[in-house]
Amino acid sequence: MMSDVMDIKYAVAATFSSAKEIYDAAGKVKEKGYTHWECFSPIPVHGLDGQMGYPRSKVPRFTLAGGVTGFLTGMLIVWFMNEFDYPLIVGGKPYFSPIYPFPVFYELTILFAAFGTLFGMFFLNRLPRHNHPVFEHPDFGRTGDDKYMIVIEVEDPQFDEEETSQFLTSLGGQSVQVIREPID
Amino acid sequence: MSEVKEASENEILKKIDPAPWKEAPLVLNNRSYKWVTDKICGIVESKTPTWWWWCFITALCIASFTGMGLVYLVSTGVGVWGNNNPVNWGWAIVNFVFWIGIGHAGTLISAVLCLLKQKWRTSINRASEAMTVFAVLCAGIFPLFHVGRVWFAWWLFPIPNANAIWPQFRSPLEWDVFAVSTYATVSILFWYMGMIPDMAVLRDRAKETWRKYFYGFFAMGWRNANNHWRNFEMAYLLLAGLSTPLVLSVHTIVSFDFAVANLPGWHTTIFPPYFVAGAIFSGFGMVLTLLLPVRAVFGLRDLITQKHIDNMCMITLATGSLVGYAYAMEFFIAWYGANSYEGFAFINRAFGNYWWSYWIMVSCNVICPQLFWFKKIRENTPLVWIISIFVNVGMWFERFVIANTTLSRDFLPSSWGYYSPTVVDIFTFFGTFGFFSVLFLLFLRFLPLMPMCEVKSVMPQADPHSDH
Repeated sequence: MMSDVMDIKYAVAATFSSAKEIYDAAGKVKEKGYTHWECFSPIPVHGLDGQMGYPRSKVPRFTLAGGVTGFLTGMLIVWFMNEFDYPLIVGGKPYFSPIYPFPVFYELTILFAAFGTLFGMFFLNRLPRHNHPVFEHPDFGRTGDDKYMIVIEVEDPQFDEEETSQFLTSLGGQSVQVIREPID
Repeated sequence: MSEVKEASENEILKKIDPAPWKEAPLVLNNRSYKWVTDKICGIVESKTPTWWWWCFITALCIASFTGMGLVYLVSTGVGVWGNNNPVNWGWAIVNFVFWIGIGHAGTLISAVLCLLKQKWRTSINRASEAMTVFAVLCAGIFPLFHVGRVWFAWWLFPIPNANAIWPQFRSPLEWDVFAVSTYATVSILFWYMGMIPDMAVLRDRAKETWRKYFYGFFAMGWRNANNHWRNFEMAYLLLAGLSTPLVLSVHTIVSFDFAVANLPGWHTTIFPPYFVAGAIFSGFGMVLTLLLPVRAVFGLRDLITQKHIDNMCMITLATGSLVGYAYAMEFFIAWYGANSYEGFAFINRAFGNYWWSYWIMVSCNVICPQLFWFKKIRENTPLVWIISIFVNVGMWFERFVIANTTLSRDFLPSSWGYYSPTVVDIFTFFGTFGFFSVLFLLFLRFLPLMPMCEVKSVMPQADPHSDH
């Protein structure tokens, strides 16, 4: 059975058992100049982004785009429906004004901004993606429980199975192992 | 520059050696991450307990009352409800505002307390958000069926129809459509997004195929990667920031349903803040009502600690007092405004045809929560639970008082009337508690009832600068 499945090397992984350990180790991996690597943790570890050299998340751009779209959509539907398509006289007041239907704009701004935020998060995280090589790691499930993991990919220009494994061990990584990605 | 400042601050701290501020831990007994995961996932993964089936069947039976009430209403006509001239709204609006208000505490806990960095919210926010979503669903039933011909309810939305009629955007009732549907949608989005990492944990632990598919589908392939967390945390913060003005606007707009009408007792500027405070008050009442039994049944005392109960009681006390202040201020303004109709409306509220409902409201909402000043009472969990029930009852009566006293006694005595609900009203409302419980029980059974990742983040182990 095993021989039928072809697989390729994906990465080397090492587990760590505390937030402090992975925080310190991540700083050193970054220092060493690796570029294709990732940390896995059961919680968002405070300050790990800085250690890994990640910039600020881009989700707010999607939120802003959603909010502006929502506000304009609100304006547009009220203007179109109550002034343009079927002018409606209520209390002898103007057909359209940006003031009276403000709750409509307000709610649509929030609604669209919320959708922008959620879908922006999905887009930036490249989700949904139900298959991923890291899932092949036998202990991957522990990263949602109480283990922390650093994974350095084969694609990294500095990757060398022997050397990278030793490096991770020297950082205090436990059960250093190669993740293999099956292809069939 | 900032490093220098930090260093000198540390020097000073060393020199003066301040006494450490002792805060009660948020998770008791020095529990490990593994314990938290096993505890929360265990609730979902274990065999369905017998009590759950009993509760579920009972809740289904109660929910069927709503079903019967609505089937009878749709097949006969909206006249089977007790609302009639002059009280055209009756229980429909009362129940609507009651359920919508309950939802507000969930959003307050998940959004406002998140912005205020109240770490204790983590163990109660998931269940409260679930409560929000289910309460909004219950609320939606009433205006939906009150339109009479429910099959035309989609006319409320700006969708083209054969009569070329568009909604009239000057009406607060139309604003309500937008406010409530946005609130429901955003609450579901927020609730769902918070659950993604926990769904991934359940997916990775799953043994049965259906679990792998069910949790796997909703987890969307979440990988606990730091890149994921980074965007997730930002999105979470933004959704909290969006939900905060949303929750304030929803009950503000609900209060506009009344306040925009030119009727004594309704046409007041105090309504928006007063309604929002009342909504949070009733919501916290409901959170206590739901979570105290959940805590006892699932043995969650280490996660929902006395500190959590204290805090919830104190918010109930604060908002209850705000509501009491609003009741007093309404009376003061009615007198100070020197409008005879307004004055009459308030005298009538307290001493008129519905005097009994007014005094039920005052005793439940203003007097009852004052007991939470006492530590002894806050530590007596069964008593806290009973008081929380009183809060729920009181807040239902508040809406009853507002809606009915004004409509039954407006300007001309010739148009006065007295409103009583019919048995169909009572059935429909009673059943919503069953409907709500059915949903909440399903939530307890199939979804992680606490955000594990958030609970873990407020435990001492989460600090990357200490040796835990």
